[in-house]
Amino acid sequence: MAMKYNRRHFVKTVAAGVGGALLLPARGADLEAWRFFTSDEARLVDAITEQIIPADQDPGARDAGVVNFMDKQLAGRLRRHRQTYRDGLAGVEETSRAMFSREFVALSSEQQIEVLKALESGKAKGETWRKQSSSAFFRLLRDHTMAGFYGGPQHGGNRGYASYKMLGLDYPQIIGQNRYRRKI
Amino acid sequence: MALKPVNAVVIGAGAGGGVVAKELSEAGLTVALLERGGWATFEQHGHDELISQRTTVLGNAFGPDDERYCRVVSAGPGKWRTVLPSEGGYNNNAACVGSGTVSYGAMAWRFMEKDFRMRSTYGAVAGSTLEDWPVSYSDLEPFYEKAEWEIGVAGDMSANPFSPPRRKPYPMPPFLLNREGELLQAAAKKLGFHPFPVPMLRNSVPYGGRAACIKCRYCVGFACEVNAKCGTHNTVIPVALATGNCELRTHCVAKEVVVDDRGFAQGVSYFDADDREQFQPADLVIVAASATETPRLLLNSKSKLFPTGAGNRSDWVGRNLQGHAYAGAWGLFEQETFDDVGAGSTIAISDFNHGNPGLAGGAMLANEFIRLPYLFADRRPPGSPSWGKAHKDFQRRFYKRSMSVMGPVQEMPVFEARVEVDPEVKDHWGIPVARISGHRHPHDVEIGRFTSSKAELWLKEAGAIQTWTNVPGLGVSGGQHQAGTCRMGNDPKTSVTNSHGQLHDIPNIFVSDASLHVTNGGFNPVLTIMALSYRIGDYIRKNWKGPKSFRS
Repeated sequence: MAMKYNRRHFVKTVAAGVGGALLLPARGADLEAWRFFTSDEARLVDAITEQIIPADQDPGARDAGVVNFMDKQLAGRLRRHRQTYRDGLAGVEETSRAMFSREFVALSSEQQIEVLKALESGKAKGETWRKQSSSAFFRLLRDHTMAGFYGGPQHGGNRGYASYKMLGLDYPQIIGQNRYRRKI
Repeated sequence: MALKPVNAVVIGAGAGGGVVAKELSEAGLTVALLERGGWATFEQHGHDELISQRTTVLGNAFGPDDERYCRVVSAGPGKWRTVLPSEGGYNNNAACVGSGTVSYGAMAWRFMEKDFRMRSTYGAVAGSTLEDWPVSYSDLEPFYEKAEWEIGVAGDMSANPFSPPRRKPYPMPPFLLNREGELLQAAAKKLGFHPFPVPMLRNSVPYGGRAACIKCRYCVGFACEVNAKCGTHNTVIPVALATGNCELRTHCVAKEVVVDDRGFAQGVSYFDADDREQFQPADLVIVAASATETPRLLLNSKSKLFPTGAGNRSDWVGRNLQGHAYAGAWGLFEQETFDDVGAGSTIAISDFNHGNPGLAGGAMLANEFIRLPYLFADRRPPGSPSWGKAHKDFQRRFYKRSMSVMGPVQEMPVFEARVEVDPEVKDHWGIPVARISGHRHPHDVEIGRFTSSKAELWLKEAGAIQTWTNVPGLGVSGGQHQAGTCRMGNDPKTSVTNSHGQLHDIPNIFVSDASLHVTNGGFNPVLTIMALSYRIGDYIRKNWKGPKSFRS
């Protein structure tokens, strides 16, 4: 019997089952319980990462929980990048407003891509980028997006091994006998 | 308070130290084997691509950790930056029992005869301290054999006409080809190359009381889930411990080799697992801490007679830092090249190690280990988009339709490429850290251009629809294949140790790791480190006549 659970249902069920204690590492926008990001930063990061790996016939960064990966890791093993993120995300908003007079999440997809390309090129406008390199910050964001999307779900991203499914990779890998074919 | 004296302290339980500890304890010497890390197990990090020794976004799987360790690296003239172990530029080797041999790709190469005679073969190279080894291939051959049989190698060199002579075959049959290997084998034969299976320190059949490889997707960067990879942690170190003569002390960080006023080592001062300083008196000290940590320790070991550090009277400790410029090519294919049969690297050629027109050396070329999805996200032709829908399309189309052929270019040693001790930065224990500077020799880039063009040709012949090459530039060398920083030689003015790894200046201190390598071959260096360590162990055993043996 197949029963389809959506995430919200699952959160509610689990939360009810353990007396309301929050067990899941994943933070939905409705929960407002981020470890490092403010809720505005989380919305911004969610939008940026979704442009870096957009959903199409396969899940994108948002579906895979990449913002959750970053939030979890910036409270853990990636702590040393906290200030870079805090300043850099403010810089993305500066650039967005300088280019299109609106916050990043309110831009059209094409405009968001233009902002990210400006960051990537190192020519982004904004006070922040006098102090740090916009292209270095973009590279960091991109790298962490890839890590969140392709790394193991235990780190907060790649929900349900979405990226492995996209690539047609079994997880766990099924291993049989005699897997090499032929001798030289 | 001093600990009970031992005959020998071995610093570092990696490829070199593990072998020496076994050789000495088997001969009846009492040995204290100090290792800065602990025992590594597969269960610690499993198949976590983000915490491995190959991709370290969230840290090194088997250390060192980012909290207690750092190094300083050159960032342009007069500028320095501090780097953490999980960051690029640190030149990391794992901090655990077995060190890199737990998580390596485990290629098991013998260097070729000419690799020990680079100066005689190619003459002087301007700007390089290129020199012959004081040891020949034939000196080392019996010890290569011993390493292959005691630690375990699967291979077959019968199809490689460039293979140096050997008395015995490998103890295990070679691994068979995966799909990449089949495609490359056919192409190599068409091109007149001489392909053969990559020799591996990995069980192709049950060996040494351990299981055969299950050909999983992961391998390099990870501990083996079935213990089929052969390192010092599951071979020689357990043998050493079983003699009852060797005590392995994990989580112990060496501070200095204590040298007395007469110029002999008295023992080793180190910090134990509780960060308490201990002094271990010993008749002999064997430093096997890697080509970065060994010179650091010797330079930190100052004494009355040797105020600039042990073995450093001629200012050669830490010099000639080498590694391997990894040059090669990538290719994209119409057909599926991926069969998910690990570890992935199965086929190699040695056609371009030597005899390349106008070049002083070359490199072995082999297909690469399986690229995991995060790593593959950076494998793009130059100038192509690295994000957005194009990124996904590329991943979907080519993850299973790509190959890479790479090889370690034998580097020309450069005197100014060096490991020093930083004057200011200290680690968690207050020990001055290693400072790394200098750059590769321009000729390494020329060799890399040549070998990568051959790799590209090979991929095209195998049917690649698009190819591109990758040749490292003149950056700081080192990396996991770091070598050369305590050169062995016959002249004390231009080397640190004699041909047995014994310091010219202090006869009861030995070095037993890749620091000794005069040149680093066009091959992964681990089997040479092991063979050299067997030879050093053999020398000590034969000359051991009691505690005063090496004090004259």
